[in-house]
Amino acid sequence: MALKESLQQHLDDIYNKCLQCGLCLPICPTYNLDLREESSPRGRIQLIHSVQNNELTLSEIFVNEMYFCLDCRACETACPAGVRFGELIEESRNMISDKGLEPFILKFLKKIFLRWILTSTKRTKTAARILRAYQRCGLKEAVIESGLLRLFSDKLHEKHRLLPTIQDKFFDEEFSEIIRPAGDVRGRVAFLSGCIMNVAFTDIHRDAVYVLIANGFEVVIPRGQVCCGSLHAHNGEIDSAKYLAQKNIEVFEKYQFDALVVDSAGCSAFMKEYTRIFAGDEKYAERAKIFSQKVKEITEFFSEVGLTIPLTSFNKKVTYHEACHLVHTQKISRQPRELIQSIPGIELIELPEATWCCGSAGIYNVVRYDDSMKILDRKIKNLESTGADIVVTANPGCHLQLQYGIKKHGLNMQVMHPISLFRTVYHEKS
Amino acid sequence: MITSSITKKLKGIIGNDNVFDSPESRLAYSYDSSPINTQIPDLVVRPTTPEQISQIVQLANDEIFSIVPRGSGTGLSGGTLPSENSIILLTNHWNKIIEIDKENLCVWVEPGVITANLQADVEKYGFIYPPDPGSASISTLGGNVAENAGGLRGLKYGVTKNYVLGLEVVLPTGEILHTGGKSVKDVAGYNLKDILIGSEGTLGIFTKILLKIIPKPATSKTFLAFFSSMEDAARTVSAIITAKVTPSMIELLDNTTIRCVEDYTHIGLPVETAAILLIEIDGKKALVDDDAILVHEICRKHNATAIKVAQDEIESIKLKTARRSAFASLARATPTTLTEDVAVPRSEIAKLVSRISEIGKKNNIRIGTFGHAGVGNLHPNYMTDKRDKAAFARAEKSIIEVEEAAIELGGTITGEHGVGLYKKRLLEKMVGSPSMIMMRKLKQMMDPNNIMNPGKIFDLRPKCEGPLPTEREQIKKFEEVAWI
Repeated sequence: MALKESLQQHLDDIYNKCLQCGLCLPICPTYNLDLREESSPRGRIQLIHSVQNNELTLSEIFVNEMYFCLDCRACETACPAGVRFGELIEESRNMISDKGLEPFILKFLKKIFLRWILTSTKRTKTAARILRAYQRCGLKEAVIESGLLRLFSDKLHEKHRLLPTIQDKFFDEEFSEIIRPAGDVRGRVAFLSGCIMNVAFTDIHRDAVYVLIANGFEVVIPRGQVCCGSLHAHNGEIDSAKYLAQKNIEVFEKYQFDALVVDSAGCSAFMKEYTRIFAGDEKYAERAKIFSQKVKEITEFFSEVGLTIPLTSFNKKVTYHEACHLVHTQKISRQPRELIQSIPGIELIELPEATWCCGSAGIYNVVRYDDSMKILDRKIKNLESTGADIVVTANPGCHLQLQYGIKKHGLNMQVMHPISLFRTVYHEKS
Repeated sequence: MITSSITKKLKGIIGNDNVFDSPESRLAYSYDSSPINTQIPDLVVRPTTPEQISQIVQLANDEIFSIVPRGSGTGLSGGTLPSENSIILLTNHWNKIIEIDKENLCVWVEPGVITANLQADVEKYGFIYPPDPGSASISTLGGNVAENAGGLRGLKYGVTKNYVLGLEVVLPTGEILHTGGKSVKDVAGYNLKDILIGSEGTLGIFTKILLKIIPKPATSKTFLAFFSSMEDAARTVSAIITAKVTPSMIELLDNTTIRCVEDYTHIGLPVETAAILLIEIDGKKALVDDDAILVHEICRKHNATAIKVAQDEIESIKLKTARRSAFASLARATPTTLTEDVAVPRSEIAKLVSRISEIGKKNNIRIGTFGHAGVGNLHPNYMTDKRDKAAFARAEKSIIEVEEAAIELGGTITGEHGVGLYKKRLLEKMVGSPSMIMMRKLKQMMDPNNIMNPGKIFDLRPKCEGPLPTEREQIKKFEEVAWI
């Protein structure tokens, strides 16, 4: 109860900071879809406050509004008063979850995907193997070709295409626990293999490890580590998120390292928040703080320690899409741009509305496909205007979403993680 | 009371999808950017044509309910807050720029166009639309005209009223009125346009607006001048004007603001500085260069301790950061920040500043002041916590005392935020009885049933009022509000 009261006080403090100035409206992707105040951060703050004070009920409209929000935190960047809106929205989702009032599809996904599959690396890999078998045996193509899923719904057919392609070899099975660079050792870093990244973005991980060791860093990939829990926390599954966070803290603190390098923006953002979610916790508060302080997003890391400037030039037009959890949550915006520009010959074209969410937002594009697609269309229009060959982005969710949008709209553009861009340049050099 | 039969009729006029009656929707339109809370509106409607608005207005006259027009809801004086028995009428979705007329230097816009969007659009063709209120990124032009919004560039370029050429308005009795037009000269009859500008939604709803645009200045130069006394800074402002230089902006930051800005942005401002002036000159290059030398000289003569001149666009943006972050920096420093808006003749600016700081000291409240010194319009920010009743009361007392000081100095209680609900209490004291009578008569004549944003600017009959509700607890709860 004591915690509940302090939480209430905390939320009240956030609420009281809001000046109702409305500067969060023009940058809110959902407000801009329908121009309704209740779909803006300012409106949602009022709704949440009223529900907490029992002036409003946890109605269907309220629940819908809370899940209409992308949790992209663009409003936190725009807010003059520093209102931490993300904490409010996630708390309200916890409240909804406690009462079991979320939409059916979300409830289903949470139960199977978040609570059961992703809470165990073993189960994640088993699920990935099944998906891989399906994707490899030609059945996937057959299903897409035949339009079989259209029989159920057009949306199911489309959502099915948003699934990541599972890799032949999972990352944690490909690499040993410790990888040493050939020459002098500049430092030692721990590396998060993650959940989806581990099975579907092995190539990005491989590039990251390559660039790390090429730059003289010893890489440790602790065994027994689990999913970071960000998807859980963003969807009102705070207990699962905490369970995973505790596990990671316990696993990583057994190792000595200078930094915990993470190549997925969503994960690094949430792992930096471990401090907050364990604040006041007897057993974990201090340990979470130490853990969070070591977390470095990979472009942030290389911006601090310096990267061996690649010598070969790379004559391509590149644009940069800012992942919400990089720019809005972690305020990392300058670093990836500087890294990209340090490659000789590269032309960095600014993407209009680069900090605007792409609509991926974790599992948002599955749960709210229609809204997500409207937001994606805006992004694709902006991407098209740059005429770039490559769009660089540092988050797996954005990566998949942009790939899907580019294909859907017939654009000739490649999606790349910044670290893969470096790997490519290194590769061309050798 | 909005009965179900009224709701049904409204749905008949604008369709079911454009009438929002859920408690959630209504709650979201119960506030604006002012520090006042009133009550939950009975309904929210989103008409799409002037004819629909006309029909809604006629229905309001027949059934007697009030209409409160609203754009983005960023007003600072409570102009879009619902009154008793009212519906909120939205215009923010009406956001097309209809025509950019490069020959006649004007644009036709719908009322929901965002100020910054118009600015960005005309700039593509080498024009500017100068009025730039602090909320330009979200404020609507309809709201700007209704409040006669100002901004940073008022010194050289004036305020919204200087740019309105014509209006299409739905009157409180339902007629659709057209006034003004593209003719630069037009003296046919009373100037009705100017009565409607700044009428704060009490005399009609704008459905189309014709605005003047001007050629974009070729170049500009930005200065930051630091002073060890407020007196010196104020005298510099007067000296620049007397020297017949008209900068596009002269902005002032006081010591409290400087400290808060530095705490928040760490841009390296000297925190001991008593005042900073941000000065921008624009125009043809030769002229700007000449004026720049003059301004530099004047600042030096008036004991500026340091002067920074931006060498390029990027540096200019850097210098402006101090001013642009002023509001955010003060807002972050305390739980509640009340932004005020007094104006005096610019010759009185030094006196106003010292009166503000005296009042702050006397009432034991921290006040950070910044604003448009070049036009004598300042924003004292009262830094308090609305949950601390005693502190909040001291802030409210200070606000009234500062407003009274502005009146004494020959100024006004509001330079650009409007009267709305927030400033009603002092309007009569400031403008005097004949003006009040005329305003009331005008309102009664144009809006005989008092259905258009009633109770804003003034009450029809003078009446005693207690303090305005600032807390949720003070306002009507859902159960008590009549809704279907």
